[in-house]
Amino acid sequence: MAEREQIKKQAPSRTEEVEEEEVPATSEKGEKLKAELDDLLDEIDEVLEENAEDFVRAYVQKGGQ
Amino acid sequence: MAIQKVLGLETEYGIIIRGSPDPNPIAASSALINAYVADLARKVAWDFEDETPGKDARGFAREDAMPPEVETHLVNAVLTNGARYYVDHAHPEYSTPECATPLSAVRYDKAGERILARSVEAAARILPPGQTIVVLKNNSDGKGNSYGTHENYLMDRSVPFARIVQYVMPHFISRQVYTGAGKVGTEASSTGGIDVTFQLTQRADFFEEEVGLETTLKRPIVNTRDEPHCDAQKYRRLHVIVGDANLSEVACFLKVGATALVLSMIEDDWFAKAGDRDYTLANPVQAMRRVSYDMSLHRPLELADGRTMSALEMQWEHFDLARKFTEERGFDSIGGGEGGQQLLDRWERVLTGLESDPMSLANQLDWVAKYRVVDGYRERHGLTWRDPKLAAMDLQYHDVRPEKSLYARVGMEKLLDEADIRTAMTEPPSDTRAYFRGRCLQRWPASIAAANWDSLVFDLGADPLRRVPMMEPLRGTAAHVDTLLEGVSSPAELLERLGS
Repeated sequence: MAEREQIKKQAPSRTEEVEEEEVPATSEKGEKLKAELDDLLDEIDEVLEENAEDFVRAYVQKGGQ
Repeated sequence: MAIQKVLGLETEYGIIIRGSPDPNPIAASSALINAYVADLARKVAWDFEDETPGKDARGFAREDAMPPEVETHLVNAVLTNGARYYVDHAHPEYSTPECATPLSAVRYDKAGERILARSVEAAARILPPGQTIVVLKNNSDGKGNSYGTHENYLMDRSVPFARIVQYVMPHFISRQVYTGAGKVGTEASSTGGIDVTFQLTQRADFFEEEVGLETTLKRPIVNTRDEPHCDAQKYRRLHVIVGDANLSEVACFLKVGATALVLSMIEDDWFAKAGDRDYTLANPVQAMRRVSYDMSLHRPLELADGRTMSALEMQWEHFDLARKFTEERGFDSIGGGEGGQQLLDRWERVLTGLESDPMSLANQLDWVAKYRVVDGYRERHGLTWRDPKLAAMDLQYHDVRPEKSLYARVGMEKLLDEADIRTAMTEPPSDTRAYFRGRCLQRWPASIAAANWDSLVFDLGADPLRRVPMMEPLRGTAAHVDTLLEGVSSPAELLERLGS
């Protein structure tokens, strides 16, 4: 399939924005994101349904569109 | 010229009764809706008592504000915001009122979530101890059973249906890159050899046909149900069953907004006029799943004419077409320029983000947000993708209870004020016929025998029932009927003035 014509997107006005976004995140930014996710996961641990296996098994929905 | 895309969203919510020895989803759905209606009546009575002591009967009249329709024996309420709230099959279902803009449709869809959450609270007060009703705004139980979220768009009847099918199907398939609500694993019997640990959408596993009338089995990508609920000579209601329920306001806005624009372009035959821009896929049913299973977003899809293109490239093409279309024809078909420009800007930003780093959209798109938190949890605890904890997290992302919802905790960007969403739980939109329906239900609940999308039926006592037809979705707005409604003091007077 790779030999076939690939359609290129045609919006030159976008190019600059795209390039800006492509700059790799600095390690500082990466660490900040990781810290945020860690906090989030700590918080989520407290609200997760107890007995996940039972919760998942009991959830059956028939008759939907 | 493309007509205004009056919009509405219907959502079948998932429901489970925890702690019951013999759980019955139909009974639970009925209990949920009845509890909401009763709670509303109590609340209104209480409010009213505050102002005018001794006249609390008026409040209970509010209970009749949700008169049953005649065609079903299941619980079926019409709310003062113009929405329908009812038991459909074995699910509670909420249908927004008719909305004039994409953002308004998002607002009424979010109001539906609040209504379900309040229903759960109200039901908790009447359930036996130890039982809890859990309601999920998603589309699958993870075991091969799906339930739908349907979009509705008003279209010009004169547009050939074959043209709609040709041009809307590639959009339905490629838009999954931002409409998907994400799912751990797959429920398809065959994935074509792909190991699916996480996919973009809830629904892709369940589509087996290209075009058809079915909604519960052999589901088609383009649904042919032809039930306009308005003047059938002039209009068609395109009933779209292929989408996911979104919690994300951004994803929901793009889902209905981009689709409304694509349908406007189809009405004006813009794809042909722009140089025969035909994106018909070689195998649409297979492409539906390929897109959903492709987290890289760059896998090529084969077109009928032999070219290949990824879903993301296809969306860029649609975006470019839509931008040129609106430059020439404006935003009237999606309710005006302010929301229209917001839509185009957001569409471009999201496609740009998907192209450079999808994870940068973890605060905007449901599938990205869900993936980030589920995958993070998996890594932290060293779990495999088949661990039931991850499946439970997937379900819990969609829980309507704010204290349980994972969606509510992942820092999603909001497009709407919470106060506006709350208002939309009881107040109708001012710019469609839902306004007339909602206002009449607010003022004269005891005199309305039935409310349908295209009519209100009044019961004035001795006379036969009187039907007020509402065949034009954009008539009956505040601009049309406020003066009339303010000038009458009873439903009899209203009917006299309407001459019906």
